[in-house]
Amino acid sequence: MEVFLVSLLNGLVYGMLLFMLASGLTLIFSMMGVLNFAHASAFMLGAYFAYSISLIAGFWVALFVAPILCGLLGAAIERFGLRRVHRNGHVAELLFTFGLAMVIEKVVQMSWGLLAVPYRIPALLDFPLFSVYGTQFPAYRAFMLLISALMFLAIWLALTRTRVGLVIQASLTHPEMARALGHDVPKMFTLVFASGMALAGLAGVIGGNYQTTSPSMAVTMGPIVFVVVVFGGLGSLLGCFIASLLMGLIQTFAVVLDYSAADLLARVGLTVTRSSPLGELLTMPLPRIGALLPYILLVLILWFRPRGLMGTRDT
Amino acid sequence: MRTRTDLRWIWVIAMAVALVLPWIFFDWKTSRHSGFVLTMLSEIGLMIVFALSFNMQMGQAGLLSFGHAVLFGLGGYTTAHALNAIRSGGIWFPLELVPLIGGLGGLAFGVVIGYIATKQRATAFAMITLGLSELVGAAALMFMTFFGGESGITTDRMIESSLVGATYSAPWQVYYLIVFWVFVSVALMWLHTQTPLGKMANAQRDNFERTQFVGYDPQLIRFWQFVVSGFFAGIAGSLYTIVYEIVTYDALAASKSANALLASYIGGVGGFFGPVLGATLVVLMQSGLSLLSNSWVLYIGVLFIVMVMYAPGGIVGILGHHAPIARIGRLHELIVPYVRILVPGLITLFGFVLLVELTSFVTIGATQGKKFKVGSLMIDAATAQPWMLAIGALLIGGLWLRLASRGFMRVWDGLIEEAKTLGGAAR
Amino acid sequence: MTAALSLADVRKQFGETKIIRGVTLDIAKGERHAIIGPNGAGKTTLFNLISGRFPITSGSISLNGERIDTLAPHEINRRGLSRSFQITSIFPNMTVFENIRCGLLWSRGYRYTSFRLLGRQKALNAESEALLERLNLQSRRDLIAGLLSYAEQRALEIGITIAGGAEVILLDEPTAGMSNTETEYAVNLIRTVSEGKTLLMVEHDMSVVFGLADRVSVVVYGEVIASDVPAAIRSNMAVQEAYLGAEAQ
Repeated sequence: MEVFLVSLLNGLVYGMLLFMLASGLTLIFSMMGVLNFAHASAFMLGAYFAYSISLIAGFWVALFVAPILCGLLGAAIERFGLRRVHRNGHVAELLFTFGLAMVIEKVVQMSWGLLAVPYRIPALLDFPLFSVYGTQFPAYRAFMLLISALMFLAIWLALTRTRVGLVIQASLTHPEMARALGHDVPKMFTLVFASGMALAGLAGVIGGNYQTTSPSMAVTMGPIVFVVVVFGGLGSLLGCFIASLLMGLIQTFAVVLDYSAADLLARVGLTVTRSSPLGELLTMPLPRIGALLPYILLVLILWFRPRGLMGTRDT
Repeated sequence: MRTRTDLRWIWVIAMAVALVLPWIFFDWKTSRHSGFVLTMLSEIGLMIVFALSFNMQMGQAGLLSFGHAVLFGLGGYTTAHALNAIRSGGIWFPLELVPLIGGLGGLAFGVVIGYIATKQRATAFAMITLGLSELVGAAALMFMTFFGGESGITTDRMIESSLVGATYSAPWQVYYLIVFWVFVSVALMWLHTQTPLGKMANAQRDNFERTQFVGYDPQLIRFWQFVVSGFFAGIAGSLYTIVYEIVTYDALAASKSANALLASYIGGVGGFFGPVLGATLVVLMQSGLSLLSNSWVLYIGVLFIVMVMYAPGGIVGILGHHAPIARIGRLHELIVPYVRILVPGLITLFGFVLLVELTSFVTIGATQGKKFKVGSLMIDAATAQPWMLAIGALLIGGLWLRLASRGFMRVWDGLIEEAKTLGGAAR
Repeated sequence: MTAALSLADVRKQFGETKIIRGVTLDIAKGERHAIIGPNGAGKTTLFNLISGRFPITSGSISLNGERIDTLAPHEINRRGLSRSFQITSIFPNMTVFENIRCGLLWSRGYRYTSFRLLGRQKALNAESEALLERLNLQSRRDLIAGLLSYAEQRALEIGITIAGGAEVILLDEPTAGMSNTETEYAVNLIRTVSEGKTLLMVEHDMSVVFGLADRVSVVVYGEVIASDVPAAIRSNMAVQEAYLGAEAQ
C-alpha cells in the first residue's frame, strides 16, 4: 500500500512536469502545425540558465529569469527562423526545428561542458515535507506540484478569459478560419511559440535539479513529450493533461512493479525461462521494459486512434 | 534533360574513379594501402546506399522517416548472425552474396514496420517512425539474444567462402566488394524510379487524390515503396557489418537515422543523385572534421539549418538553379558577383569557426589538457584578443555579406529574367 | 434498365449543418447530365459524396446497380467512375506524357511492381502517345505539367480522368476560369471524349450546359428543385427564382 501511495505521488509530480512540457508543444503543434523538436531543448536550456543564474543571484531569481530567457529565444527563433521557413511547408519547419535541436545540444556542450552540472535544489526547499508510511516526501516535490498547478491555472485563465486566449483557442482547431477572420496570426504564432518555449524553460528550471542537468536531457525527455502530445490528441489541452498524468503514472509504476510476463504466465501454470523461445522477452522485468512503454503506447495509439485521446483533428 | 549517353558516361567515369581511388592513397614506399582512407571510402560507399534508400521514402514518396536506421541496423544484425551461423555451421555461402541476406532482413522488417507506419502520411508517419526508432533502439540495449545488448554482436567476415577466391583479410578486397555492391544497389535504385511503383510513389507524393482517381491506393504505394527502401537499407547495413565486423545499437540509433536525413537533405532530395553528394560530404566532414575539431556536429547542424532556410533543394538544387543561366551561356557573368560574396562569406565563416573553437576549447578542450593550435600558431584562449578577433570577424563579415548579397541578387535576378524570356524556363 | 449512376435520398451533414438534404437522381447510361445551381448549393459536395471523398450521412449511391457509398475513392475508380476536380488536380512535377501514362497504368494491368521498366512498355507508351494526340497536347509532351498554361492543365486533367476508360465521368466545373476560345476548345474535347460514356458535370457557364447536356438538374440548398431537359429548365419559374430572386421576370 505504501508503495502504491508513494508511487502515486511521484507519478503525479512527474506527470505534471511532463504536462508543463507537453502543453506548450501541443499548443504549438495544434496551432501552427509545427512539430517543435527544439521544445525539449528549451527544457534543457531552462535548467542550464537556472543553474548559471542561481550561481550569481540565487534560485528564486533564476526561477523568474530563466523562463523569460527561453521565451525570448523562442520569439527570436519564430520571428527570424520559422517564419522564413514556413513558406517551404510543414516538413521544412520540422527539419528546421530538428536542426535547431542538434545545434542547441552542441552549443550547450560547448558552453557548459560535456558532463552534468551540479544544479541543486535550493536549501530552503530541501527538507522532507511529510512521511507516507515511513517514506519521506520531499518538500521540493510539493513545490514542483504547486508551480505546475499554478501554471496550469494561468494557462487556463489566459485562454478562457482573455481575448487573445479566445482567438488562440479558435486557432487550435481552425487555424485557417481564425486567419480568415482577420486576426493577426503571425503575431499570435510568435506569442504562442515564445510562451511554449518559456513554459518548457520553466519546466527545466524546476525539473533540472530534480533530475540531472546534462546535455543529453533534451534527447531523453524529447521523445516522451512527443508521445504525450500525440496520445493526448491535437487541439485538446485537457487530453494533453490526462495523457501527461497517465504517462507519468505508468512510468513511475513500471519502475516499481518488479514483475515480468513470465511471472504472469507462471500463475497459469506455464513455465518460461530465458532459454525458451521468446524467453528473453518474457522474462524481462517491467522496470526494464519501462523504457519501452511510452513508445509502444505511441505506436498503438497511432494505429488505433490517430486522433489521440481527445483530439479534435487528425494528426 | 541529359541524354541517355551522357548518363552512361557518368556511370562509367564514376566506376573508374571508384576503382582507382585506393591506389591514389597507396603508400608506394611501404607497399601498403592506407587503412584509414579505405575504411573512409567504404563508409562513403555504404552511406551512399543508405542515403539513397532513405530518399526513396523522403524525396520520392514524401515520407519523412526518423527511423530509417532501424532498417539499416536490423539488416546489419541479420548479417552478423548469418555470418556467425555460416561459420559455426560450416555452410558454404560466399561472402559476396551475404549483403543479399542483409537486404532480405531489411525487407522483412520493412514489411512489419511499414505495415504499421504507412497507414499514415506526413507528420503522423514521421511520428510513428520516431516512436519505432526509440522503441527498437531501447530494445537493442536491453535484449541479448538478437541484439547483444550494449556490446552488440561481433562477427568475422573471413568465412572462407568466396566466389572469387578472396579471403577479405586485406582492406582493399573489402573495399572492392563494397564498390561492387554500391554500384549494383545504386543502379537498381535508379531503375526503380522508372517503374510503375517508382512513378506512382512520386505521384502520391504530389497528389494523393489524383492517385486515387487513376485507380491506385496511395497507402499501398507507400507501403511497397517503404519495403523496397528497406531492402536497400538492409544491404547498406550488411556492408557496414562486413566492414566493421561488429554491429551495436548505434547502428539503429536515432543519430544514425539523422545521418541519412542530413546526407540526403544537404545533397538535395529532389532528383536522384543528391544523396550521393550529401553522403560523401557528410562522411568527409565526419571523418575529416572530427580530427580537427570537437564541434564538427555543430558545423553540420548549422549547415543543415542554413540549407533548410535558404536552399531547401540542397546542393543539387543550388546547381539546378544555375541551369537556365548556363543554357543562355551567361554563367561567366556570375564569377565576379560570386567573388564579391565569397570574401565576406569566408570572413564570417572564419569568425564563426574561431568563436566556436574558442568556446569549445574553454569548456571541453582545456579540461582534456589540449592546447589550442592553428598550424604552428599557439592561441591563448584566456586572453581577450582571439575573442575580439572572432566576434569582430563575425560581425563585420556578416554585415558586409548582407550588403554584398543584395548586389549579387540583383545580378542573379537579372540573369534569370533574361533566361526566361530568351530560352524559356523549360524545354 | 439500371441507371449508370443512382442517388437515393442522399443526405449529408457536417456536425449540425445539413449540406445535402435528400437528393434523389438517376442518370441513365450514356446520358450527358449537368448539375447547376447557385454558389454554396452543395454541388461539389455532391460530387465528393459520389466519388467517395466524404461518407454520406444517409441514403445510398449506386454505380450500375452496385452500392458504392461505403467504398474508398480508389475502389470506386476501379469500378468505372472517374472525376476531375474544381481545382486542377494533376501531377505537377511530372511531364505531360508521364501524367497521361500514370493515368493509364492501373487500367492496363500494372500494379505496385518494381519489376517493369516503363520505358520498355511498348503498348502502354503507344496508347499514351495516342491519347496525347487526342488531347492535342503532343507538342507539350516533355514539358513539366506544372508549367502548362491553365487551360492546357485543364485539358490534361480531362485526359487523365478519361485515360483509365471509366464509363462514368464526373467533371467539376471543367471550364472554370477559361476564356471563350478556351471554353469552346474544352467543350469540343469533352464532347469527343465522352462519346458513348455517361457524363455528369457541374457547370456555371450556361452556354456550355445548354450546348452539351441532355438533361439538367438544379440544386439549391442541398436539394434538387428541378430535373429536366435544358429547354424546360430554362423556362422553369422556380429555377429563375433561385438564381435571380423573386423579382425575376
